[in-house]
Amino acid sequence: MAFIPHTRGDVESMLEAIGVGSIEQLFDEIPANLRLAGLSGVPEAASEMEVGRLMTERARLDGRPLCFIGAGAYEHHIPAAVWAIATRGEFYSAYTPYQAEASQGTLQLLYEYQTMMASLTAMEVSNASLYDGASAMGEACLMAVRANRKSHSKRILVASTVHPHYRRTSVAVAGNQELVFEELPYCTEEGCIIVGALHRYDGQDITALVIQQPNFFGRLEDVDALCDWAHARNILVVAVVNPTSLALLKPPGQWGTKGADIAVGEGQPLGVPLSSGGPYFGFMAARMEHVRHMPGRIIGRTLDAAGRSGFTLTLQAREQHIRRAKATSNICTNQGLLVTAATIYLSLMGPAGLERVAAAAHARTRELVGALTRVPGVRRLFRGPVFHEEAVALDRPPAPVLEKLTARGILGGLDLGEHYPELGPALLVCATETKTSADIERYASALAECMREARAA
Amino acid sequence: MSNVPSDLKYTKTHEWVRTLPDGTVEVGITDHAQHALGDLVFVEVPEAGRKLSAGDPFAVVESVKAASDVYSPVSGEVTASNAALAGEPEAINSDAYGKGWLMRVRPTAGAGAALLSPAEYEKLIAEEGD
Repeated sequence: MAFIPHTRGDVESMLEAIGVGSIEQLFDEIPANLRLAGLSGVPEAASEMEVGRLMTERARLDGRPLCFIGAGAYEHHIPAAVWAIATRGEFYSAYTPYQAEASQGTLQLLYEYQTMMASLTAMEVSNASLYDGASAMGEACLMAVRANRKSHSKRILVASTVHPHYRRTSVAVAGNQELVFEELPYCTEEGCIIVGALHRYDGQDITALVIQQPNFFGRLEDVDALCDWAHARNILVVAVVNPTSLALLKPPGQWGTKGADIAVGEGQPLGVPLSSGGPYFGFMAARMEHVRHMPGRIIGRTLDAAGRSGFTLTLQAREQHIRRAKATSNICTNQGLLVTAATIYLSLMGPAGLERVAAAAHARTRELVGALTRVPGVRRLFRGPVFHEEAVALDRPPAPVLEKLTARGILGGLDLGEHYPELGPALLVCATETKTSADIERYASALAECMREARAA
Repeated sequence: MSNVPSDLKYTKTHEWVRTLPDGTVEVGITDHAQHALGDLVFVEVPEAGRKLSAGDPFAVVESVKAASDVYSPVSGEVTASNAALAGEPEAINSDAYGKGWLMRVRPTAGAGAALLSPAEYEKLIAEEGD
């Protein structure tokens, strides 16, 4: 199928009409030194059959390990109906529709997605999604700079307990727009931000505070106190949240007396399978007063000229085709297919189902940490409550132990050493509703063996 | 035909300027400009106290067609901005020279030379229409 509908004749007559010799000439204003001669490291095009075979072989290398790694992407049960419906032709082919209103079914689905996300986060408005959780945080920081008219510093305080990849991605997304990111220290005993240490920022011009709940360690931050501290100083609050956890935890719209200003996160736990890092999708919700500063697009329900109800692209305030050179976000799409899956997942689970998933994941994680800490040389790292993830300290370097576990078909957790070396040898482990007591027992006894072997070596 | 009141000054970038009795100046976009933009859906006005140089963008007007910067005709300090436009941006469409004002500025001494007279502005928009 040809994706470019213009024939050579069409192109020639258009070029002739505007008096340009070739398509290449249209890009003359871009200096030669800014142009890429070719893409290095990109292989030649391959056929569908070749790509299919390559991917099958690579997937086989992954095997089917028993996975206890969370750290931003979570294995949840996905009801079979989710992808059976999402891969129907009417949804499956849908990219962001350019003649949006011709695709009423897609718009209705996005509208329902937005309604569910606004309800889950207790925020007033949700957009139709972003690329992933990490870039959604970067976009939220840019949005906070636009929305906070009382601050001119573009200084963003980021809790050091926010996912390390999210922090790096935010710098990549927003760092060239003069935003300054400063990291708030955390307590190595509690695994949380120390609210009492914030007073050193009193009287300074700060644009936004970014908090993750539950944080990267799975721990619960004192979000009410952090939110109120920020709002008392005209600082906007960006909440990074796990959507599953919101079935149990206080949603960002209710943090503190006023609620967070912008809530973002990774949508993957809602019906999207783990697959080597993606594609996933990011979500973003906000208070209505900030809606004009929101990137992406919002679908609305309306009446047509004949008074019939329908759906329409209501707002795309920041996008390039509206603001042209003045666009303040490069986001001009949404993750249609993954949002389709998430919307079906949420509608199948319902509020009660999502709550059962969240409660089961929490209970399994407690059971897991209980079992692991009975292994000699393993202890809980932080005191205080967690959601479905927790850090455990080992009495020896985790890497060789994890290697031995992998050889036994178990992904034992994330080695925290790369991002938090000050914590000493430690693992971040996670169990969701997909893990049984037998799975947990298998991991604990394998860990005991691997620790013994590591000690003997 | 666009409405070009005879008691105001204008700029090439389609702002109007009214000198108030207290010496401050009121600024908005012209009837011609609002007509070209179409229905306005969002207006971002500056905070009072902001210092501007002539030619600085001080506001953004977004219509169903486009988003445009609005440029300050004078150098000075913003004394007030029209907060009512946040809830009623269409006031610029219906009353560009009245309820649609964007900001008031206390000009620094000697500023405001290069403004157009109503006749000059009418000529400008007539030429643009060709």
